[in-house]
Amino acid sequence: MNRASQKRTLLAFPYIFWIIAFTLIPVLILFWYAFTDAEGAFTLKYLAAVFQKVHLKSLWMSVRLSFVCTVLCLLIAYPLSLCMRSLKISRKWMLTTIVIIPMWMNFVLRIMSWQLILSKNGILNRLFSMLSLPPQNLANSGAAIVIGMVYDFLPFMLLPIYNSVMDVEEDVLEAARDLGAGTLTVIFKILVPLNRPGIISGITMVFVPALTTFAISDMLGGGKVMLIGNIIEQEFLNTMNTHLGSGLSLILMVFILIGMLFSFRLERDQEEYKAKSTAEKEKELC
Amino acid sequence: MRSGNEFKSGGALILSGLVILILMGTFIVCWVAESGSDGVEIAPGGSKDSIIVLNYGEYMERDIFETFEEETGIKVYYDEAATPEEMYAKYKGGAIDYDLMCTSDYMIERLIAEGETREIDFDAMEYADNIDERYYRLSETFDPGNRYSLPYFWGTVGLLYNSAKVKEVPDSWDVIFNGDYSGDIFMTNSMRDAYMCALKYLGYSLNTENKEEIDEAQRLLLNQKKDVEAYLVDEIREEMVAGNAAVAVCYSGEAYLANEYDPDLEYAVPKEGTNLWVDSWCILNKGKNPEGALKFLDFICREDIALLNFEVVYYPTPNRALYESLPEDIREDEYVFPPEDSIVNSEVYAPLSQETTEYYGELWKELKVE
Repeated sequence: MNRASQKRTLLAFPYIFWIIAFTLIPVLILFWYAFTDAEGAFTLKYLAAVFQKVHLKSLWMSVRLSFVCTVLCLLIAYPLSLCMRSLKISRKWMLTTIVIIPMWMNFVLRIMSWQLILSKNGILNRLFSMLSLPPQNLANSGAAIVIGMVYDFLPFMLLPIYNSVMDVEEDVLEAARDLGAGTLTVIFKILVPLNRPGIISGITMVFVPALTTFAISDMLGGGKVMLIGNIIEQEFLNTMNTHLGSGLSLILMVFILIGMLFSFRLERDQEEYKAKSTAEKEKELC
Repeated sequence: MRSGNEFKSGGALILSGLVILILMGTFIVCWVAESGSDGVEIAPGGSKDSIIVLNYGEYMERDIFETFEEETGIKVYYDEAATPEEMYAKYKGGAIDYDLMCTSDYMIERLIAEGETREIDFDAMEYADNIDERYYRLSETFDPGNRYSLPYFWGTVGLLYNSAKVKEVPDSWDVIFNGDYSGDIFMTNSMRDAYMCALKYLGYSLNTENKEEIDEAQRLLLNQKKDVEAYLVDEIREEMVAGNAAVAVCYSGEAYLANEYDPDLEYAVPKEGTNLWVDSWCILNKGKNPEGALKFLDFICREDIALLNFEVVYYPTPNRALYESLPEDIREDEYVFPPEDSIVNSEVYAPLSQETTEYYGELWKELKVE
């Protein structure tokens, strides 16, 4: 082992320790609980419990709400990134800051303020009545949860997309325009395919936390919408059925892993493609 | 030479890291093993000059700790938790050996069943008689024979209504089930309380184990869901003060505070009856100073100390000596002390069988995902 790599190992040690103590061991404990019953005997019933009607229903609700949330985030983040690209540097900095600074505040506080905004006598409805619009009953519903999630997770969509949008060289776009492509063609034929990795990683980074959230649905759903995260929370904290809670958590983890594999693969494909095109370029230069 | 040193310190780092890891592993294994056992032997000669107390938030006057220390030389370490479940987790986690815990009736019952509580030696207490006989009788449902718990405060679950928004004063659970206030109801998000409302409305006992009766309550709650604006517990008071609903199911103590903020908010106990809850103290098995804990319980039963605690909480006190010394206007304040005839049909929660508890859990999930 040379010194440099030794040093690297040393530097990595706290991280490895962290992973073992706070990720690996808890996951092992989770596995243990998921595959055993109260007497400690092996069982698969807590994994199979996901097929119970209630759990399927809440899982389906979670998938639906996270899907809507992801689509909305994408619809906001992509055009916004394009706008940010066309702005001057200082403004870019400003916009990025506007997106990032709210993330420094505790998200519970931010979601609480949405409670105040959306509630029946809240800020939004007062505004509506000032404009003599009919009051909206948004609080304590699936819509409120989606609003909260979009607000909370938008930066996770925006940042990877923004980065990949910024990576596209102006020359490429100019070439497209020279060849007669209109703005829409440039966006859909050039930019979107080039930004695919950013979009994919944005989608994963929004969909996964949205799928597993329980705090946002707790605070904005008025206890009327029970997502799979809330079911797991109830099993751990109220019913104290640690085994069922662990079983359902494992199932959810499978969903997350599938999502991550999906995005890893696409990213790898993209890199291979990039490597190939650079190699070709070099060949041409020779 | 330098690289040798570096290697040494690196080795030391890895070694110490491994030690920490092993320690953590042992800790986790111990914790897992311990949560299965019946509690731990008390170390003889543990700290005799202090006790550790676990209580709800804003549920005690902190100045009394100093008085207690002056009188007995025992220092009080005080800790708080929001819910009985959280208290249970804190105690079972085992990081702190609490001597005393004040919690809700059903959690007391659970702790007794798990052998986590010590018998209270009421004969050794000077002021235990200050607590009215009546409340010891109420406690029999969760602590048969009154061996393990000492009543602290009690109250009811009822209807908090906004008198500016209701057509008439509600006197029945009917208002939350008949659809008149659709979209203007805050239902309780506490599972057993929710089924209690439905069971009482249907005329059944809130301690029923009869599945048909529980199913009937479930149908009622499923039908009610479309009228419910939100299921809440802690937020009910502020949401009612904010004027976001006309009627809400809430605890009597919350109602008193809500009325302080907004005089339009009033409280009623439905005529069908409701749940009477009793928060009680128990001495915990893992505690290192059971004698000190008993002294503290005696101390808080004393009239002057009970008064100080009452002035913080304003919940009905089971302390007869204190009650009799209170001025007439407080004794007759229906927010603080519910009138006798309003609670004749009410019951205290009795422990349910494991089967019924699990059945409730399933129904509750079914109601919530609907």
